[in-house]
Amino acid sequence: MKLELSGITKRFGALVANDSIDLVIEPGEIHAILGENGAGKSTLMNVLYGLYTADEGHIELDGVKQNFSGPGDAMAAGIGMVHQHFMLIPVFTVAENVALGHEPTKALGVIDLATARKNVIEISERFGFNVDPDALIEDLPVGVQQRVEIIKALSRDAKVLVLDEPTAVLTPQETDELMEIMRELAKSGTSIVFITHKLREVKAVADRITVIRLGKVVGTAKPEASTSELASLMVGREVMLTVNKEPATLGKVVLTVENVSVLDDRFQKAVNDVSFEVHEGEILALAGVQGNGQTELAEFLLGLRKPLGKEGKSSLSGKEITNASVRQSLESGMGFIPEDRKTDGLVSEFTVAENLMLNSSYKSRFTKGLNINFAARKQIANEVIQEFDVRTPSAETPAHKLSGGNQQKVVVARELSRKINLLIASQPTRGVDVGSIEFIHERIIAERDSGKAVILISTELDEVLALADRIAVMYRGKIVGVVDPSTSREDLGKLMAGVTL
Amino acid sequence: MSDVNRTDNVMSQVMREILSGGFIRTVIAIVLGFIVGAIFMIGSNKEFVESLAYIFARPGDAFGAAAAVVGDGYGALFKGSIYNFDADTFEKAVRPITETLRLGAPLIAAGLGIGLTFRVGLFNIGGTGQLIFGMIFATYVATRLELPFVLHMFVALIAGIIGAALLGALVGFLKARTGAHEVILTIMMNYIALYFFTFLMRDPALLQETRASGNPKADAAAESAMFPRLLGDSYSLHWGLIFALIAVVVFWWLMERSTIGFRLRMVGFNPDAARAAGINVEKTYILAMALSAGFVGVAAANQSLGVAVGVTPSAHANIGFDAITVALLGGSSGPGILLAGLLFGAFKAGSPSMQVIGVSPEVLGIVQGAIVLFIAAPPLIRAIFRLPKPQTTNALGEMRRRIFVKGGAK
Repeated sequence: MKLELSGITKRFGALVANDSIDLVIEPGEIHAILGENGAGKSTLMNVLYGLYTADEGHIELDGVKQNFSGPGDAMAAGIGMVHQHFMLIPVFTVAENVALGHEPTKALGVIDLATARKNVIEISERFGFNVDPDALIEDLPVGVQQRVEIIKALSRDAKVLVLDEPTAVLTPQETDELMEIMRELAKSGTSIVFITHKLREVKAVADRITVIRLGKVVGTAKPEASTSELASLMVGREVMLTVNKEPATLGKVVLTVENVSVLDDRFQKAVNDVSFEVHEGEILALAGVQGNGQTELAEFLLGLRKPLGKEGKSSLSGKEITNASVRQSLESGMGFIPEDRKTDGLVSEFTVAENLMLNSSYKSRFTKGLNINFAARKQIANEVIQEFDVRTPSAETPAHKLSGGNQQKVVVARELSRKINLLIASQPTRGVDVGSIEFIHERIIAERDSGKAVILISTELDEVLALADRIAVMYRGKIVGVVDPSTSREDLGKLMAGVTL
Repeated sequence: MSDVNRTDNVMSQVMREILSGGFIRTVIAIVLGFIVGAIFMIGSNKEFVESLAYIFARPGDAFGAAAAVVGDGYGALFKGSIYNFDADTFEKAVRPITETLRLGAPLIAAGLGIGLTFRVGLFNIGGTGQLIFGMIFATYVATRLELPFVLHMFVALIAGIIGAALLGALVGFLKARTGAHEVILTIMMNYIALYFFTFLMRDPALLQETRASGNPKADAAAESAMFPRLLGDSYSLHWGLIFALIAVVVFWWLMERSTIGFRLRMVGFNPDAARAAGINVEKTYILAMALSAGFVGVAAANQSLGVAVGVTPSAHANIGFDAITVALLGGSSGPGILLAGLLFGAFKAGSPSMQVIGVSPEVLGIVQGAIVLFIAAPPLIRAIFRLPKPQTTNALGEMRRRIFVKGGAK
């Protein structure tokens, strides 16, 4: 079945998540959609699956215009989706899960489990899935659970299968097995839409590649394209951002990190023996494709993750913070802008003023003994709102009522209005409008110029090049090179793909 | 974040949505609750059922019977809980309202405790167990120690608060340490506490009354430890009300004005952001459970020190469970819980007078349950009254996705 998306536009308030995206997926083709987190891939797929309605544009299947008002319609039309988080019931068997939602029934509504089992066995054998229909989901490894999801989609006669970041939860070996399955399915005529940000996998399995960036299709490529070419497409080619900045004047070392390794949530080594220093008055950018250990490194610095083994050390202004708690890190002068403001940066039900005192609720200018100092808080909030140009009806407006850019300004304002000597800014402008990007960039440079050390963690190459005084590129948990910002994009792209210069 | 944490977050977010219901919705829920109660009263009324046999011949009889039983029933509730206009003297006429205050006081105090955990994203189902632990401590101090008046009472009260808080803190500790869910922990603690209490009251060396009759029963609190009567000897209303009101003020200060409450609310809304803001979320859970149980401890002291008879295993009077409904109806805010506690206190005060006129007082339990059901099931209310749908929050959206996407429904 040929799937055609034309001119799909989806807006969330002021944010344009998808900007007139065109996409054609041929029958039996593995079509990779490559893009950073937040590029708009998932939104696009949710439009395709009927979870969102597009503001503009339409979807055609074999030349017939479709109008999905829910996933049910999309499924009926032959679109199957395997979500990043599986939609399986752990205490049900494989066959029960596959049957769920359109159970084959006998008289009186009794579920015909034999037919359900037969379906599973048949699909499983046809594609070499090797799945036991009677196994409980909770007993299966993640890779097999994913196959159950695929069987589920196929049992509903999916002709187009959407895999949303399918390898994010898989081990390398499981990833290889999944790719084998994808090839098998494509051979039998199923079209596959493969959403990912991992270059290696795209090159290994895709027939065609569409790169999405900031909600727009920025290019298409063949899998023969070089990794660095793909990387630079993904993180942006054109220079959009210019920031005026003077050369850095370096002072004392503020942060030292030595031989640090950190595990991620799946107990894999996400940061592997990393060492670096940051000085007063400089911006060190940690660049790299998403998922190469930057997040875990930042969480280690803040104190959310403990280092692996005993070799790792970090110290802030001469004080060791290797095993410091978050509160200790913050109190010893670390400012932290988390990469995901919604989960880690803000309490969206809290007011702007409350969010400004979020990490100053112990002894601070916001408090008076055990009481919140409401008068001081109001005054500080109003000053900060003015200074950082936060567009909010008042300081007492709940944060979720603000636009993404203004929410981010609240986070930035909170960190910059505290007394800090090191600022760690993770994806400080993700999902933020252009005006706010510029403002936030200027503020980060101003911090540097006032003699603070800054670590910028960004997957946006433009941002890195605009702000950084030094660029450390991370690849698979290691810093593979520390280079000058005058380095060419091609060379940076190579480093980001793990090729040492 | 682990999946367990995700579920926890979704649950607490849905809880928050339930608690964020407005005043109008609460009033509608209460009215609907009374209507449901009325239907039960009518259905169980003999005259009404008999009149159904000839309803088409004389429908007036059925309606008359229905109106009469509802009027009598709720009339008796009013007379038993607020003002008895049949009484000969004014003093007797206002006694019902003092009873409502007396019976509402422990519901308010315990409701504050349960409401506190709701605000932190926890479910404390262990009000009963914590109440019993508070009663153990308060009763021990009140019956086994000899102290001068007032001092004795305060020591017993504080002992009750500490006793309850210890059990709460234990639950918080086990949750933080092992990741066990507080609902399971608190329910199990209820059993342990209840049977431990009974065990203590079977041993004269521990809590059993001195003139042991073999039944599990404690001595009455020493007079020096008892809550004094508030309005003289003709009313049994005592200082328990004062302590409950103080608890409301303390709760309000704690949750709305203090930095402790700020952190508690932060953890309740978004534990991830709280963690990134330097807050020890596990310790906060322990603190929240201890504070919660501490408020329940005020209710415990009320039960131990409020009456001149010794406590028995049933002295917890189901307050721990009723407190959950009080907290839900009161939206977990101090003033809301105060009003909700008084409403359910009125139900307790009024039920004997309903029984006297032959209406089964169990109807009030149904009303109470129905009110909370309507509060906790906002979609139901919206459907009945065709209210506009509020903005879908992430939590509800997520739940809907989990439930519906799989089945392919819309």
